[in-house]
Amino acid sequence: MRAFSLSRVGAILMKELIQMRRDRLTFAMMVGIPIIQLILFGFAINTDPKHLPAAAVIEDTSRFGRSVFAAMQNSRYFDFIATADSENQAKEMLARGDVSFVVTVPTDFGRDLIRGIRPELLLEADATDPAAASGAVGAINQIVSSGLAHDLRGPLETLKQDRPPVDVVVHRLYNPEIITQYNIVPGLLGVVLTMTTILMTAMALTRELERGTMENLLAMPARPVEIMIGKIVPYIGLGFIQVFVILAAAWTIFTVPMLGSLSLLLFALLVFIAANVTLGYTFSTLARTQMQAMQMTFFFFLPSILLSGFMFPFRGMPVWAQWIGEVLPLTHFLRIVRGIVLKGNGLADIVPELWAIAAFWAGVSLVALLRYRRTLD
Amino acid sequence: MTIAGALPTDEVIAVRGLTKRFGDKTVVDNVDLNVKRGEIVGFLGPNGSGKTTTIRLICGLLHADAGEGTALGHDIRTESGLIKMQTGYMTQRFSFYEDLTIRENLDFVARLYDLKPRKDYVDRTLERLGLTNRQNQLAGNLSGGWKQRLALAACVMHEPKLLLLDEPTAGVDPKARREFWDEIHALADEGLTVLVSTHYMDEAERCHRIVYIAYGTIVARGTVKDVVADSGLKTWVIHGDGSGKLMAELRNLPGVEQVAPFGTDIHVVGTEGGALETGVTQVAKERGLKAEHGETSLEDVFIKLMTDAQANEQ
Repeated sequence: MRAFSLSRVGAILMKELIQMRRDRLTFAMMVGIPIIQLILFGFAINTDPKHLPAAAVIEDTSRFGRSVFAAMQNSRYFDFIATADSENQAKEMLARGDVSFVVTVPTDFGRDLIRGIRPELLLEADATDPAAASGAVGAINQIVSSGLAHDLRGPLETLKQDRPPVDVVVHRLYNPEIITQYNIVPGLLGVVLTMTTILMTAMALTRELERGTMENLLAMPARPVEIMIGKIVPYIGLGFIQVFVILAAAWTIFTVPMLGSLSLLLFALLVFIAANVTLGYTFSTLARTQMQAMQMTFFFFLPSILLSGFMFPFRGMPVWAQWIGEVLPLTHFLRIVRGIVLKGNGLADIVPELWAIAAFWAGVSLVALLRYRRTLD
Repeated sequence: MTIAGALPTDEVIAVRGLTKRFGDKTVVDNVDLNVKRGEIVGFLGPNGSGKTTTIRLICGLLHADAGEGTALGHDIRTESGLIKMQTGYMTQRFSFYEDLTIRENLDFVARLYDLKPRKDYVDRTLERLGLTNRQNQLAGNLSGGWKQRLALAACVMHEPKLLLLDEPTAGVDPKARREFWDEIHALADEGLTVLVSTHYMDEAERCHRIVYIAYGTIVARGTVKDVVADSGLKTWVIHGDGSGKLMAELRNLPGVEQVAPFGTDIHVVGTEGGALETGVTQVAKERGLKAEHGETSLEDVFIKLMTDAQANEQ
């Protein structure tokens, strides 16, 4: 027997090629995944988001105020979608995540400007995701100065010299020190749960199929919904063990603040984990093998991580990508967890996001029950 | 429909015209099958003949494309839930959980059937099948015979009225097989009805009745005696020379269908009539060997049925 035989290598190689050709799904994914990902993520991801929603609080109606808003709008960083009647109302909009910025033009802004007292212009930014706000915050001084340049002519020309005519005050709310961990660690809670819980339950039925125990299970009197509940509940428990580990680490190692209610967070986690394990179970009713179930999980996980607002600012994505993102439970969970942990949001603030996750949950449950094969046909 | 009412109550399985296609291949073709209470019916046929598919159709694991009938008085097409409650189905491949112990597997089944008190059911079943000493062994570590025993235990624990066994003794040693069949007979004596598929002729002979299926069609049925008699086969045994040369010569004789060596004997099987007898005795005489009448075995009959069915198919 020779130490190395090309013929033996060839035998293995040919066998692998034949098996590869038979496994159409894997082959399709090997070719399809790169194309889809290039197109999807290549166009969707934008690390310098423009058109972030902003609210205006207008306490001074001079033309200077209008010029500032016009300049901000023209810069394309800000999209003024609402005018708040009061500072409180604007804060609520920030807390709910309706807007990313609140711009306040204070009383006597125009008068003080003309007098050369350098009035303050207040920019409050939602800094739960520091990356999302950084572009706009970085550009704000330049935007305001050039916006007023047109108005400051003739006798007012002198106001432009030396110092900027307006003192722009930036408040980074919820995360004033711009600590990235405050944003990433609560987000990781959702990412880790998405990955592990889906993967675990995606194996639920395919494992029975591959080990041959499915035939027996079908021959015994168990209903699809009974099997589904029995299969996913243990993994909800497992998910909560992960929750406690991550939360403990978040508070002790990363010293992430906790402004909201823990029990509200746990309740939201229950809905989120339940939606994920059910999705995994749904994958297992669609897949024929454990390998396919893993591929499906991976296929779902990538957009979850890239389009949910975890890695890149959600509002930086084009609208179509945001729509995809809105379907994903992780997107809504990130808003919930950042809201509760960093903003101190209450139940009323997170209800819309909870509903979105619950709707997703109901949808995948339905698919699972419809797709469950009661027979071996 | 009206089948349940029309048939006498002791018909445990009564199906007519059962047909199942996978793609364009008809695996079960217009099968009628009746099994009475307390009967042990052997279901025989070559690999891929449709035995497993028929059994699965009866217990609701597959939907029939055509045909109708009842199991335990329930419609097999619409009431498979009710049938499952009173049926024990032992799959061809071991299909309990290898990473659970014997006891844990039985506990799982007892819970599925909602048997109460569960511990009593499990203990009794362990005792009955002699599994008590091994109850804490992982099923995956058991030998073929013990696995089979566990599978039988699991499908009789809920005291079903009908037992469907799909090649239950494949890969099991002779002693375990005999014990298994003793258990099956004991269960039948208690009124359990059994439909069992098998390849083993000795097992077929332990059934009250046999049904032979080939290419999805039933080609013979009745008691072993009937099936042998109906085949019209006669057997001659030539003693003293089991050589291939002699066998080749015998095969060419008129009326000979099968020639098979049994040690230093040769069994010659053919259709009834003068040609077989004259030919065989002639050849034996030429060589100075002794030829005498033998008993036609079930195996001889099945090989003929299989060959005939093959000829029909092609």
